Amino acid sequence: MGRIVALTGNEAAGTAMIQLRPDVVPAFPITPQTELMHKFADAVADGDVDTEFVLVESEHSAMSAAVGASAAGARVMTATSANGFALMWEVVYIAASNRLPIVMTLVNRALSAPINIHCDHSDSMGGRDTGWIQLHSENSQEVYDNLIQGVKIAENRDVLLPVMVTSDGFILSHTLERMDILNDQQVQSFVGEYNPEHTLLDVDHPVTFGPLDLPDYYFEHKRQQVLAMEQAKRVILEVGREFKKLSGRGYELFEEYQMEGAERAIIALGSTAGTVKEAVDGLRKGGEKVGLIKLRVFRPFPKEELLAALKGVKVLAVFDRSHSFGGFGGPLFTEVRSTLYGSDLSFEVLNYIYGLGGRNLSVEEIEEVFSDLQEVMKMGKVQERINYLGVRG
Amino acid sequence: MALSLKELSHKRDLLSGGHRACAGCAASTAIRQVLLAADGPVVAGCATGCMEVVTTIYPYTAWRVPFIHNAFENVASTISGVEAAYQALKRQGKIDREIKFIAFGGDGGTYDIGIQALSGAMERGHDMLYICYDNEAYMNTGIQRSGATPYGAATSTSPAGKKIPGKREFRKDLTAVLAAHDIPYVAQAVPSNWRDFMAKVQKALSVNGPSFINVLTPCPRGWRFKDNESIEMARLAVETCFWPLFEVENGTWRLTYKPKEKRPITDWIGRQGRFRHLLKEENRHIIDELQANVDNKWEQLLKRCEA
Repeated sequence: MGRIVALTGNEAAGTAMIQLRPDVVPAFPITPQTELMHKFADAVADGDVDTEFVLVESEHSAMSAAVGASAAGARVMTATSANGFALMWEVVYIAASNRLPIVMTLVNRALSAPINIHCDHSDSMGGRDTGWIQLHSENSQEVYDNLIQGVKIAENRDVLLPVMVTSDGFILSHTLERMDILNDQQVQSFVGEYNPEHTLLDVDHPVTFGPLDLPDYYFEHKRQQVLAMEQAKRVILEVGREFKKLSGRGYELFEEYQMEGAERAIIALGSTAGTVKEAVDGLRKGGEKVGLIKLRVFRPFPKEELLAALKGVKVLAVFDRSHSFGGFGGPLFTEVRSTLYGSDLSFEVLNYIYGLGGRNLSVEEIEEVFSDLQEVMKMGKVQERINYLGVRG
Repeated sequence: MALSLKELSHKRDLLSGGHRACAGCAASTAIRQVLLAADGPVVAGCATGCMEVVTTIYPYTAWRVPFIHNAFENVASTISGVEAAYQALKRQGKIDREIKFIAFGGDGGTYDIGIQALSGAMERGHDMLYICYDNEAYMNTGIQRSGATPYGAATSTSPAGKKIPGKREFRKDLTAVLAAHDIPYVAQAVPSNWRDFMAKVQKALSVNGPSFINVLTPCPRGWRFKDNESIEMARLAVETCFWPLFEVENGTWRLTYKPKEKRPITDWIGRQGRFRHLLKEENRHIIDELQANVDNKWEQLLKRCEA
């Protein structure tokens, strides 16, 4: 059976990769993803995995090699952060459009400039429309669990889309946590073998990948991607249930934390959800009706499910660790508010931009947000729709 | 396989007819020659550019071998991923066939935007052949200058204007750059000397590790000559020593063809519209500089081949 260990987020992701035994891993170093690849490199050097470890000369080539290897029929994984993800962006889009089930850990880091190696979500949000499934993680355990589930989700015939698993840079990637890991055999039989229908190496049945697609077909292919994303939701839930049977840890599209009777709620992604839980627990002790929705699956966005979970809420704060400059709030805010518009739910929604470039967010600041929400409930109006937490000026 | 026309004529073309290349396109001829020279199963990749665009308009494909196009600058890294998958799956016993991997890129996708991916793939030692079909400009996007465009040539972004008479820089010697990677096999070729070219392809595919062939593929649209003269233009590039035929095998340089008589560069450029403005008296010095450059490079090459 599995065992209890202490691992950093990077070690957890590296451990998952080692247990998943991908056929090909193209990689290029970038902080804070580096230690993840060091761990994997050790496994390659010691012969613990039989992976082709392709140490490319850039992230652009990492994703390019991932596309080639995946089209050749290999199980492919990689990892990057921030600028590395931005450099591979062209091919990130191509990977999804070619329906290649590559799984990547994105160790979240702020995008330059100014250069900054610490956590925010500008990188993953920059890739929100690339056609990748996005699974967000609160802690190292979830990074590990999401990677294992990610492979099974990506390779499902009804999906065939790449999956990105996020891990908050430094906050998770470099922090030691107690966690459970499965044994190798459990992981391997959970994901099974990858046997795609068409591959480049099937030389007796030649296929062309990546043709020129003009206005007479391109749109249909994009429509198929939309449908695959819609189908992914069901598959993510199925895989989550199966994973619960294996590990005892259940996964859905989001986690409802203390939402029973909650009037004031926060929606957040990633490690911040853990801090919000702390604040919620404290306030609940004082009898306050507060709760949290920790979004796990950002793509496909769980619209209907969120509406069901938000019934009874009277005011909502959406936490964004990235910004859409010149837009109406952060990316999660616009998504949530758009989901609510036209539904039978009618309450105020506020946006809180926080933590850019790794700025810490305290429990006290979250408590202040809940008291802001109390004020909105009382006054029935919103002073500031888009708010910035913990920033000077 | 012996390289006799009789035998080759019985072999099935692995790039079918019916694709949309321009009349007289030498690049499509070069690809057919490469695929005919390869004996066993081949997986091909192509950078974005003329050859990718004309051969794979969905729902059609001209490729009778497995083919992948990814993007403009990354055919080398894409094929290195395919080759890595092959090594992994072969080791696991999931594949038992011997398969060769060939990446095709134009000069834009190879000399310029793709040079980083190419250099990386060569350094990593993937067992793959990279063929650059060099037509000396970004032909697919409308004849813009590239790092391979010769000095003085007029292109859409280096036009022969009133003040500036065409491209102001000499071309990059990419074949030498690749030779400096110390890979097992590097060569320069043309489709007109087909036996030389195909023998080089066979040699390149037989080495264990990366190989690179730079093949000059005249382009009637971009160079401005009649579309029945492509092969002649390739031959003249060789006879003028603008495009010498040589190979570098494990670091040893060798001429594979030496013209009986080195013809002046004007014999080649005088036949192409892109150099027409150079024939004016005030531009005579550009021709002289071009000739001097060809002479220098040729002498350098002879020395390398003698050493």
